[in-house]
Amino acid sequence: MIAEAMQPMASRPFRIDRFWKETYDTFSMELMPLDGHTFSFEPGQFNMLYVWGAGEVPISISGNPTKNHILTHTVRAVGSVTKFMANLKKNDIVGVRGPYGVPWPVAEAHGHDIVIICGGIGLAPLRPALYYILHHREKFGKILMLYGARTPDDMLYVKELEQWRGRFDMHVSVTVDRADASWRGNVGVVTSLMPRFHFDREMTIALVCGPEIMMRYTLLELSKRGIMEENLYLSMERNMKCGIGVCGHCQFRHFFICKDGPVFRYDRIKHLMLRREL
Amino acid sequence: MEDLKAYLIEHPFLQGFSQHHLELIVGCAKNVRFDTGEFIFKEGQEANEFYLIRHGKVALEMYAAEKGHITIQTISEGDVLGWSWLIPPYNWQFDARAVEITRAIALDGKCLRDKCEHDHDLGFELLKRFSNIVSQRLESTRLQLLDVYGN
Repeated sequence: MIAEAMQPMASRPFRIDRFWKETYDTFSMELMPLDGHTFSFEPGQFNMLYVWGAGEVPISISGNPTKNHILTHTVRAVGSVTKFMANLKKNDIVGVRGPYGVPWPVAEAHGHDIVIICGGIGLAPLRPALYYILHHREKFGKILMLYGARTPDDMLYVKELEQWRGRFDMHVSVTVDRADASWRGNVGVVTSLMPRFHFDREMTIALVCGPEIMMRYTLLELSKRGIMEENLYLSMERNMKCGIGVCGHCQFRHFFICKDGPVFRYDRIKHLMLRREL
Repeated sequence: MEDLKAYLIEHPFLQGFSQHHLELIVGCAKNVRFDTGEFIFKEGQEANEFYLIRHGKVALEMYAAEKGHITIQTISEGDVLGWSWLIPPYNWQFDARAVEITRAIALDGKCLRDKCEHDHDLGFELLKRFSNIVSQRLESTRLQLLDVYGN
């Protein structure tokens, strides 16, 4: 048998233990390794998920990093592979390669206030960071989470959002872009929530994930509000193929998103954020 | 009046105004309260006031016959509601409805327009601040229209 190190593109087979719909176009899966080993990862890392007969896609890990017996992914059915994946069911087998990528700097953030800002499915890669932070709650200062979704029906993890909102040791604020009169919450882009909060300039670390354009405005707003650029982190997304910095599909100037990211410190890539056709 | 002045000084929209101008503004101010579901103003009505929200939440809405009330944006504590008092023909462009019990300072737009005509420094300062709000809301609306979370 060829050693695993010599087969970097080989997947491990995982069985789908639970499969459920989050929204009309998003679903989550809990995966169990068939080889019986556990699966450890750090918040913000991703796996290459392989579906036999369809192909392979990079998907962020959305589960709890403190529970390494189960692997959770949340997927939006947008491309051919993910649409195929949406039709999988319990006990089907998928291939998993990973975990890959640079994680959120949650351990380095001990002693700081944390601001988590996410849009749409961007909540999925940030959920492990939040699990970690809440698991080590005493090591952090204030925790604020701002979440923007397209409509109330597009919101992920609704029950958990309610639980987090009910906690006394963190603040959660949610907004949607569109709603009818039955929606009692906020309407507007996620940046419109920011003026309601005071951020400590030096003590705050912000973790941002969502569509690139949303992150651009969010990071500008956070900078305007005085948070130091070396304390702003974002998770980038590009078309990844190999996941290990070989193929070049996810090249972002001199970075590879899969290897140097997906989590970047803002000041390292700020100059690239406004560059077109990159 | 002193309570009103103390609050006005604290409100982010009025921070940095001179004492003289704050005195002029406070002369046009009063406390107001709206119950849940109550309309603060409706599209087409004369716009004679604007509001500094102290507590609560207000939905800016449009009514479409086939869709009912559509919420465009919500505004809450620390925000400013309404700029139609400043721009002719001084009619509201949207409906505003309290989503929850809302307390605000209402500023008399007619009174302020007169004061701005007599004191252009006050008028310029108010215009600068409202332009900033209009610009932010336009940017937000554009982002909403882009439907960034959906694509």
